Amino acid sequence: MLTLIVDILSWACFIVGGFFLFIGSLGMVRLVDFWARLHAASIIDSAGIGLILFGLMLQGGFTLITAKLVLIVLFLFITGPTASHAVANAAFMSGSRPHDMVEDVTDTDQPKEAKKKASKTRKSTGSKKS
Amino acid sequence: MFAFISLLIFLCMAILMVRLFAGPTLYDRVLALNTFGSCTVLLIGSVGFLFGRPDFLDIALLYALINFVGTIAVLKFFRYRRLGDAPEDAEAVMAPPPEEPKT
Repeated sequence: MLTLIVDILSWACFIVGGFFLFIGSLGMVRLVDFWARLHAASIIDSAGIGLILFGLMLQGGFTLITAKLVLIVLFLFITGPTASHAVANAAFMSGSRPHDMVEDVTDTDQPKEAKKKASKTRKSTGSKKS
Repeated sequence: MFAFISLLIFLCMAILMVRLFAGPTLYDRVLALNTFGSCTVLLIGSVGFLFGRPDFLDIALLYALINFVGTIAVLKFFRYRRLGDAPEDAEAVMAPPPEEPKT
């Protein structure tokens, strides 16, 4: 009886987590520019990984396996947003901006060349995508 | 159950491969690589359960560590063009990185 309940719960976790994983990876391919793809990547990093590893934890029971899975979840939840922030910050510093941004009010102390480059790349990506 | 979820993760990794190869900029590729590594951690874990050898979770934990360090290392290399030491001048830190090669 208890086994059946645990199985149903972990099936539910796997199906919902797999759904989020699929949606996220589809978004990584279909969304228009880097700043939109960050959202898709964060869906995979939070919902997909959390739910699927929780389903594995339910299957593991109270053993060393679950302890290792908890360690993996803790580590991924700390490093995933950190890595995403690092990538986004590097892209921002290189002068990349969202492709449909009207007015650049984000940075006041950036060198002018980067701003010029950003507007150039913005124009080019906008014409390419639309 | 584990076969289902392993196949689903594998499918998602195959879809992510498209962005990994076709990403227009370097940052798209680094982001896709980071996500791909997270999916690899999941795949190693679920394949370990599928084959009845949950000791694979040690490898998954190690892969998560290496994935994070690798992402930061790639970003640092393309920012400073060197990995070991800190840059001597602050000018090089704030300057935008050189043009990426066109794909």
